[in-house]
Amino acid sequence: MKPYNNKAWWLVLPVFVLVAFSAIIPMMTVVNYSVQDIFDPSTRYFVGTEWYREILTDPRLLDSLMRQFVYSFCVLAIEVPLGIIVALSMPRRGLGVPFSLILLSLPLLVPWNVVGTIWQIIGREDIGLYGWTLNSLGLDYNYASNPRDAWATVLVMDVWHWTSLVALLCYSGLRSIPDVYYQAARIDRASSWAVFRYIQLPKLKNVLLIAVMLRFMDSFMIYTEPFVLTGGGPGTATTFLSQTLTQMALGQFDLGRAAAFSLIYFLIILLVTWVFYTAMTHNDNKG
Amino acid sequence: MSLQLDNVTLSVRGETYIDNACLTLEPGSFNVLLGHTLAGKTTLMRLMAGLDMPDRGTVHLGGRDMTHVPVRQRNVSMVYQQFINYPTLTVFDNIASPLKQAKVSHQEIARRVEETAAMLGIQHLLGRYPQELSGGQQQRTAMARALVKDADLVLFDEPLVNLDYKLREALRVEMRKLFESRHTIAVYATTEPAEALALGGTTTLLHQGRIVQSGPSDEVYRHPCNREAASLFGEPPINLMPMTIRGEECRIAGLHQPLPDVWRSLPAGEYQVGIRPHHWSLQPLDEPAFRLPVIVRVAEISGSETFLHLSHDRIDLVAHLIGIHEFGVDQALEMQVACRQLFVFEPDGDLVLSPSSPLPAPASV
Repeated sequence: MKPYNNKAWWLVLPVFVLVAFSAIIPMMTVVNYSVQDIFDPSTRYFVGTEWYREILTDPRLLDSLMRQFVYSFCVLAIEVPLGIIVALSMPRRGLGVPFSLILLSLPLLVPWNVVGTIWQIIGREDIGLYGWTLNSLGLDYNYASNPRDAWATVLVMDVWHWTSLVALLCYSGLRSIPDVYYQAARIDRASSWAVFRYIQLPKLKNVLLIAVMLRFMDSFMIYTEPFVLTGGGPGTATTFLSQTLTQMALGQFDLGRAAAFSLIYFLIILLVTWVFYTAMTHNDNKG
Repeated sequence: MSLQLDNVTLSVRGETYIDNACLTLEPGSFNVLLGHTLAGKTTLMRLMAGLDMPDRGTVHLGGRDMTHVPVRQRNVSMVYQQFINYPTLTVFDNIASPLKQAKVSHQEIARRVEETAAMLGIQHLLGRYPQELSGGQQQRTAMARALVKDADLVLFDEPLVNLDYKLREALRVEMRKLFESRHTIAVYATTEPAEALALGGTTTLLHQGRIVQSGPSDEVYRHPCNREAASLFGEPPINLMPMTIRGEECRIAGLHQPLPDVWRSLPAGEYQVGIRPHHWSLQPLDEPAFRLPVIVRVAEISGSETFLHLSHDRIDLVAHLIGIHEFGVDQALEMQVACRQLFVFEPDGDLVLSPSSPLPAPASV
């Protein structure tokens, strides 16, 4: 009998076929587009890396990329700590538990474009709760004309929509900490900060990793909500990467350039996610 | 400082967890709380520590009323069944954590941590993290953390349950040594009678939230105050059979027996006899003995010992024999037990007579 045979490949084949159709073939098509200038299906020219060079120097794209990074950073900087605070202050037993769980799940169930529409109304200065309140407090708020206000509104909307996700993940993480840890901390006379720092935070690490990655990827690809709310405006103040990409691919039908752009977009997300993952797990043996 | 519980009672939602517990623990003593799962061992410890407050009764420590003093203001430490350590701190910092809270100087912390670690044999692991340790080492770390701060009261809640047999024996021996020269009150909860005997000190028997008996461990084992105490303190539990004395006549489980000399002083009436499983013998004894025909139900052979589950006229019995004995199911046997090794209880359960001569130590405990 041979020491090994190749029969196991048959077991891998279905997965390979599935992944080929769902990921490899579409992606290779995009790679193919990105090195050609396409006028119509029969008129194409091989252009090599020209699209890539053009994109990496396109000020419109670089602006949009910068905006996207700042946006994702703000989303993480607000939603992660806020989610932890919400999770910590949720009740641990009693009727409050199902009540707060349902309350927190509600924003997650609302479709993206509806969220945009809701905030379009909330942000109005004549009838909207948010817009009207700010204006009656003497602040000159108008998300349709003021870039700063538009930014703030898009951010607040994201916080409203997605903080629940972080809070629910953290809550489940907190619930899995056995009560004896808290007892031991009480016996050690640990302060509530020490309990958070040395018990809760280390035990939350894994769910926080998931929360940070999900929120980064989602916010980095955000499209529908700002598109519905501000249409990317005023000017290009809230035009994020995916909207720029859509305009390029479907608005201008600039397929080659859009393909090159998508690949770079994809690589950025992959890279940043990898950096997050490595940074948060490299000292796993320590905690 | 001695710990004194007076009429301590705790009920949660109408269910009594601890029922009128009275107990005094001396400084420097090693006290075992023995009882089945859910007997209230952990609850009693939580009350001693101040993690819970009793509904009624008082807790005094060194003469001071501590009943309503929360745990943060007491000087206690506790070791749990699970290995509880701070995951992001090294072994050194874990052990040092109670001292840091108490604002002890750095040199003093280093000295005491190293001393305690050496005592528990983990001084070479101080730079490691809990995840990098074996279960036994993690529990040693937790113990060191409990011992480092010279607490008035150190509570061990079944600390060795999650360790393998060998390690358990090794740590058990060390436990006694650790407390020999200390003035702390050590309390150790366990479900295993053998552990209570091996640890020595005093044993408190707990059953359904009540303290059944408390005293020096071997004393409690030899003279259980009632039937309940006798069956709690023994694994497998003591065998019980009805006994009648009428004048010169004695019947055990309906069988005529010669009346043993030690029982001559007993008034006529109904009793129960208790027989420790390891006192049964297969060989005829050369002293006054009680002989009982039985039928084998199950023979459990574990290594060098045999547990025989027997029945006699619908009474189930267990015999614990040294060595391997193979029996078929439903095989008829005659078991013997020396009369001087029988316990006698009143029908309501109180002890009348316990074996007066010193007992040979049971081999498996």
